[in-house]
Amino acid sequence: MDSVNLKISYAPFVRSKDSVESVMYNVALALAPATAMSVYLFGMPALIVNLVCIVSCIAFEWMMDAIRKKESNCLDGSALVTGLLLALNVPSNLPVWMLVVGSFVAIAAGKHVFGGLGHNVFNPALVARVFLLISFPAAMTSWPIPFSVDMETAASPLGIIKTDGLAALGDFTLMGGLFGTMNGSLGETSTIALLLGAAWLFYKRYITITIPLTMIGSVFIFTGIFYLLDPGTYASPLFHMVTGGLMLGAFFMATDMVTSPLSVRGQIIFGLGCGLLTAIIRLWGGYPEGVSFAILIMNGFVPLLDRWDLTDRKALNQKKAETK
Amino acid sequence: MKTFTIGGIHPPENKLTEDKAIEVMPVPAELCISLNQHLGKPAKPLVKMGAEVKKGQLIGAADGFISANVHASTSGKVKAVKPAPHPGGQYAMSIFITPDGNDEWLEGCNTAPIDWKALSKEEIISRIKDAGIVGMGGAGFPTNVKLSPPPGKNIDHIILNGAECEPFLTADHRLMLESSEEVIAGLEIISSLFDGKAKASIGIESNKPDAIDALRKLGQAKGIDVVPLKTKYPQGAEKQLINAVTGRTIEPGELPFDKGCLVQNIGTAVAIYEAVCKNKPLIERVVTVSGMEITERKNILARVGTTFNDIVSYCGNMTAQANQVISGGPMMGKAVFSFDAPVTKTTSGLLFINNKGLEKSKERTCIRCGKCVDVCPQGLGPWLLANVAQLRDFDEIQLLGLANCTECGSCTFVCPSKRELVHWIKYAKALVNNRQKRKTA
Repeated sequence: MDSVNLKISYAPFVRSKDSVESVMYNVALALAPATAMSVYLFGMPALIVNLVCIVSCIAFEWMMDAIRKKESNCLDGSALVTGLLLALNVPSNLPVWMLVVGSFVAIAAGKHVFGGLGHNVFNPALVARVFLLISFPAAMTSWPIPFSVDMETAASPLGIIKTDGLAALGDFTLMGGLFGTMNGSLGETSTIALLLGAAWLFYKRYITITIPLTMIGSVFIFTGIFYLLDPGTYASPLFHMVTGGLMLGAFFMATDMVTSPLSVRGQIIFGLGCGLLTAIIRLWGGYPEGVSFAILIMNGFVPLLDRWDLTDRKALNQKKAETK
Repeated sequence: MKTFTIGGIHPPENKLTEDKAIEVMPVPAELCISLNQHLGKPAKPLVKMGAEVKKGQLIGAADGFISANVHASTSGKVKAVKPAPHPGGQYAMSIFITPDGNDEWLEGCNTAPIDWKALSKEEIISRIKDAGIVGMGGAGFPTNVKLSPPPGKNIDHIILNGAECEPFLTADHRLMLESSEEVIAGLEIISSLFDGKAKASIGIESNKPDAIDALRKLGQAKGIDVVPLKTKYPQGAEKQLINAVTGRTIEPGELPFDKGCLVQNIGTAVAIYEAVCKNKPLIERVVTVSGMEITERKNILARVGTTFNDIVSYCGNMTAQANQVISGGPMMGKAVFSFDAPVTKTTSGLLFINNKGLEKSKERTCIRCGKCVDVCPQGLGPWLLANVAQLRDFDEIQLLGLANCTECGSCTFVCPSKRELVHWIKYAKALVNNRQKRKTA
């Protein structure tokens, strides 16, 4: 028995099977329906966009780890998720070099300047999307038409009502929005595919309903009020539900663990802020779509929201200690 | 079905020994009886090398208010009084006894059962104190102290803790089945100390339906309420059990008696019965020997002082993969550093495992998933406590509720980044305690 070299470690001696890898790969799995749908709708170019984003994100992750002299975890799935999300946020005809630049911005400026996974304030994929949108506005807003063979492009439904007004929308149907047969970036189009993936995340309990519900709900109510006031100028709230990046943003990007508040109270404020900003930008902003800006702006408030809970908790404990 | 309201986890139950009847383990060749088997000051040794002792003889006297007596668990000769490995991870003064093989009781000990109703409250408490009974669930708090709440505290609910929420452990489960009458009698004795006015309940998790049935049958006639509880860890923690059974919440800084509750372990109830009715001191306990890396998994009735060496050979040896031994359950137990450490009054289990899966798990940075916050039964933010502990900001960490942590380990269990959250919290607690001691000294 003395031959057994007893190992000493800390309790507990059983651990759950969950790991950073399992969380990330499950998110990637949840994105699979939307990614598959994008390839179905936009064909080969969409596949190329996905592959380029994934490969370059993982490569830049490895490179940044090497530069920072950290042990590389480039295959832990987080770079994969960033790549997938970035791909879903761009049009399928974006030049490859822009995709690579975007991936670099996501990983380097979105994540590693803050200290890597877990420390980033802003959602990396959204940082890259907004960077691309501001730097290459033309390329980022000419959307290929689904099933089009010769890469014919057109504006997105949100873009049409922004520039030409509601009447110019033409034969847009809600069913088209649900299934994704409309112009848009890879992942903005099919609401059904996104909801399918979100259901998986709920089932695995990686996300809770608070943020998506408050965000989508506030967009619905806010745009609904203006639709009731003037249905001739403002689109119906249902139109806002199925167009643009609302579903992608609400279920997959606003819920990002690292960049969303921890407490329910914080999450409600965060979700409401995301929703209201989205609606305001959509109705009156310079850009047709506001989801990415809204989430990025609210990301900036997360440390503040978390600190608020912290000070409350400390005040409560102090009060208890005094009454004792 | 009832359960506690905040947090909780459900680790794999692995109750591999639930059908194994309790086996009485024979007297080993040598006993190592620790004088530090309880919370508080270690007992003072009363015997010297060479002394002859009888089974049940007092060999260590309680030193102070929070301390407990220690008795010889067989008859024989004192071989030495010296420090020996302790399952808690340190060395502790221990009395080594070489058994004479007669296993002869001290006169007046282990008599035929008397009717406890003939005894006064003071007599009952003094018998419990003399028998060296401590909380057998793990904490080892002297039972006589717990049964004498300060004046003005009205106890109106007595709860026996049959939750046994730790994976693997089945010692209490077997006791509830095989010594049902003693369990009930022990609870009745405790009730009588509060004039029988307090409601008496036994909280048992639903994964032990046979125990629920057995105790319900016996308890019904006596007004004892058996409460089935939804299986969830850490239901056996005092605060969580009170919350599950009564719905009351023990606020930070409060003790159970502040909310009129008193909780006792199943093993302790049996020990109370034996001490009060049979004048039998606490010299043996049921230990679950389990884990994936031992050939014969058993529930054994082991004498206090039986070394882990003896238990391993009694249970058919370990497999070649065994490289870690845990005293207690896998959630809150401690890794044993020596096979020479003995069974104490609080050793509920001895688990033999291979820690390969644990070794692999390297700490990663927090990804703020919030799981630790969801599962914390005390409503704390474990990730933050661990962060602040790592920064060694001990003023801040106390404001964050450090003292409320019950060290159940649920946070560490769920953490996908495999952070040693509860370890950092324990570390901060130890340093904060030391600092306070220095301040008062």
